[in-house]
Amino acid sequence: MVPITTLHYLIVAAGLFVLGVVGVLTRRNVVIVLMSIELILNAVNLNLVAFSRMWGLHGQVFAIFVITDAAAEAAVGLGILIAFFRNKETVNVDEVDLLKW
Amino acid sequence: MTPVATPFFFYLLSGLALLGGVLVITRKNAVHSALALILTLLALAGLYLMLYAPFVAGVQIILYAGGIMVLFLFVIMLVSIEKSQREEQFNKQWIGGVVGAVGLGALFVRVFVRSKALHDLAGMPLAQLPEQSNTQEIAVYLYGNYMLAFEIASLLLLVAIIGAVVMAKKRI
Repeated sequence: MVPITTLHYLIVAAGLFVLGVVGVLTRRNVVIVLMSIELILNAVNLNLVAFSRMWGLHGQVFAIFVITDAAAEAAVGLGILIAFFRNKETVNVDEVDLLKW
Repeated sequence: MTPVATPFFFYLLSGLALLGGVLVITRKNAVHSALALILTLLALAGLYLMLYAPFVAGVQIILYAGGIMVLFLFVIMLVSIEKSQREEQFNKQWIGGVVGAVGLGALFVRVFVRSKALHDLAGMPLAQLPEQSNTQEIAVYLYGNYMLAFEIASLLLLVAIIGAVVMAKKRI
């Protein structure tokens, strides 16, 4: 069997990233769009940790910062979603058109 | 000590991660999507363990699978899922979205196939990462080199807490 190199991890991360982009661009439910953003952030994290296998621990430290960012983003995003649902009774992104003219 | 990072485990875990990702973006029920995302997160934690990153793997499980996903599940319970399940799940631009994403994927494949730097990378020697003292080493970096970034991250979390509370309040 071929030994697992950094390139293998990069390919898995690229696959997760593309799945996340498809989710963000095609789904209507805001909750699932936010989950797809989490998929994208996790793909980046896998890249960072895979590179840290070659160049030392800096990548792992950056992965922790990315996780912090993801937590902050999820909290604020879901708060906005609750406020929006309270006002418009919908969770679909294409019905969020208050600023459209 | 023989490493547990065998190709079998790599293919199993990455297959589970990609399967979870596919389920996240295709399920009708948002709760099923959240559970599939937890599968992806746990598989990624296993991959981090294979890459000698036990602290990141622990943070991934505790903070992502334990914290953020509980937040997601609570919000899914708060917004009505019965109504959104009966509606159209994909928006009107879904063809353009899929085409754009496939183009992005093709770009990735082309870079991975053609890039000489990446193929040199595959043959590069791996760094000697500490196995026993991973957490201590990360703490030294966090409180040493990345002190400023650490403080900014704590400020970011404070802002996020205030923002989430203000957004979720009934009357602003």
